[in-house]
Amino acid sequence: MSKILIQNGRVIDPSQKMDRVTNLLIEDGRIAAYDVASADDCEFIDASGKIVAPGLIDIHVHLRDPGREEDETIETGTAAALAGGFTSIACCPNTEPPIDSQGTVEYIKQKAARAGNCNVYVIACVSKNREGKELAEIGQLIEAGAVGFSDDGTPVYNAELMRRAFEYCLMFGRPVMNHSEILELTRDGVMHEGLAQLVLGLGGIPAAAEDVMVSRDVALAEATGGWLHVMHVSSGGSIHIIRRAKKRGVRVTAEVTPHHFTLTDECLRTFDSNFKMNPPLRGQGHVDACIEGLQDGTIDCIVTDHAPHAKEKKMQELDRAPFGIIGLETALGLVVTRLIEPGHLDWSQALEKLTINPARVIGVEKGTLAIGADADVVVIDPHVEWTVDPAEFKSKSTNTPFAGWELKGRAVKVIVGGRVKLSR
Amino acid sequence: MSEHPIELGPLPQCWKRRHLLGLEDLTAEELTAVLDKADLFKQALVAGTRRVPLLSGITNCNLFFENSTRTRTSFSLAARRLGADSIDFSASTSSLSKGETVIDTAKNIEAMGADVMVVRHRTPGTPHLLAQNLDCCVINAGDGPHEHPTQGLLDILTIRQRRGTLQGLTVALVGDIAHSRTARSNIWGLKTLGAHVIVCGPSTLVSPRWKELDVEFSYSLDDILPRVDVLNLLRIQFERQHDRPFPSVREYAHLYAMNRDRLARAKDDILILAPGPINRGVEVTPDVADGPQSAILEQVTNGVAVRMAVLWLVTSVLRAAPVGS
Repeated sequence: MSKILIQNGRVIDPSQKMDRVTNLLIEDGRIAAYDVASADDCEFIDASGKIVAPGLIDIHVHLRDPGREEDETIETGTAAALAGGFTSIACCPNTEPPIDSQGTVEYIKQKAARAGNCNVYVIACVSKNREGKELAEIGQLIEAGAVGFSDDGTPVYNAELMRRAFEYCLMFGRPVMNHSEILELTRDGVMHEGLAQLVLGLGGIPAAAEDVMVSRDVALAEATGGWLHVMHVSSGGSIHIIRRAKKRGVRVTAEVTPHHFTLTDECLRTFDSNFKMNPPLRGQGHVDACIEGLQDGTIDCIVTDHAPHAKEKKMQELDRAPFGIIGLETALGLVVTRLIEPGHLDWSQALEKLTINPARVIGVEKGTLAIGADADVVVIDPHVEWTVDPAEFKSKSTNTPFAGWELKGRAVKVIVGGRVKLSR
Repeated sequence: MSEHPIELGPLPQCWKRRHLLGLEDLTAEELTAVLDKADLFKQALVAGTRRVPLLSGITNCNLFFENSTRTRTSFSLAARRLGADSIDFSASTSSLSKGETVIDTAKNIEAMGADVMVVRHRTPGTPHLLAQNLDCCVINAGDGPHEHPTQGLLDILTIRQRRGTLQGLTVALVGDIAHSRTARSNIWGLKTLGAHVIVCGPSTLVSPRWKELDVEFSYSLDDILPRVDVLNLLRIQFERQHDRPFPSVREYAHLYAMNRDRLARAKDDILILAPGPINRGVEVTPDVADGPQSAILEQVTNGVAVRMAVLWLVTSVLRAAPVGS
């Protein structure tokens, strides 16, 4: 069968605490051996000066399929993932219909297999029809392949339902992933409530709206022994709450997006709707708190919250333009440029949050280059400088605030299951 | 009906703008240029001049997505007095209810030949969105609580006419600062021209963060009243509030209404403005609104003059480089 020998790369695999220059042999779709000098019938990849890592994993992606194929499809979304160095993604259930049945999970898995780009895992709804009233058929969804549960887009609002979700998911060992927002505090909100918002007169989304919901969820997770995964944290307050909860042993994990550790609410001064997302871009203090949370391990994962919207939807008045930006194709460059280059994180720390940690949250045997593991590998050029050009995106949408940005670091080879899927 | 040219003088060197979207980034020089020209238009209007046909051949469109009587009428009059054509477009009678986007609507009107678009919209930034996507001049006539530059200019013009200068004056804006575009435009213009600005109102509507922008804030009208030169009484924007941010109108009036008792404790020459439409008895009692310190009706006259000046200035770019040249 096929063999690939990746030569002279700096292999960084946080799952094995490995960081050394070596050769890595892939055989029959699996990681076969290290330190192999050469092999017969073999494709060679010269990784001199490059980083070889487990394929990146993004557990917060909106593929929009089924229902909003004008924004993204499973084909285009997974192609965008490959372009960004991701070999596995988990998609969110706020589709139309929402992913609350085995049939919809099957649809996604089959369409992803047919697309043949990256691995796609499914996060299914906590509640039937994402209505926040009754639990979805979580056991059967897990049998169909769901790996986590969320009503993302909206929070699980009813505290009793959230408690039941924690209790019920406990027997399957799965996390309840919540979008943390107290809706009464964010009505008509467009941007973070702060100084820029005071000047612009736009509706405010206070950090407290996130903090209060994270507090509630931590209390419920603590009371039930359930597993809370806090989606897209953005406020210093909620990071503080999560840090304290972890210290006293509450089972809580958390994720942050590149835009929340990169941009601030000041960006909205241009009134560009590509800076409108939920949770919103916040002040510099919150950005610093996100970086601290990544440094001390309070935040486990870096995710994109890839949220495609067709151009005509975003080109509207700011209150009508939908929340969200795409992120799969810029995430790695932002991690390198904004976290690694300034010295906030080293490569191992950063890759841990893009590989093994997210794999553990969704409970899949990915994110590692251990012998015998699936050969999902990314080769990263850490030095290459490139300009973000939405015209080159594989995603069907172009709603990014990073157009024209100069970034450092990019995936140059992406291997999924032993097959080279991207080469640049 | 009299029609004769007025001596406007040359176009100010400092003026390069094709749009007027807000006062926040206008320089003192630019603000003064508008005010000076507005003074000249005002003199002509007061002298009985009805037409100053400097903009004949220009088409102005009032693109109003929110209700307005005063501002729209004022812009229409200003455009017509300058000899321009002026048409009105209001959202309720438009294809917006059929799902057309705001950009498409505006582009359609532009394609019909509009040179200037005067835009009012509930959402901050919409005039900016149109300015980025259209070729014509865009004037912000109020974008949600963000800015209302011509209102700010006419308030400032009224103060300057009564006092000669803005430098060193203490101007208090009272009421619903949170939801007021008039407050924001006044704040930027007044500060740039050297006035000290106080925002005053209930703590649910006045953010302490204003002090980070070098604006004093106060919750007590009675405390600040003795040192205020100009009082601008903002309308309570009941339509922009979800939940009333104070317990009752009665309590608001008790704490903030400008009445005869408060007037007695103010400086003798205090100037009272209100951008209107006023809620009589809420922000100001009728005797004060109609009294000698009040400049409320002067503001309205000044509104036409300011808008003539703004229309003349922003379209100067069109006159300098006519389409097709």
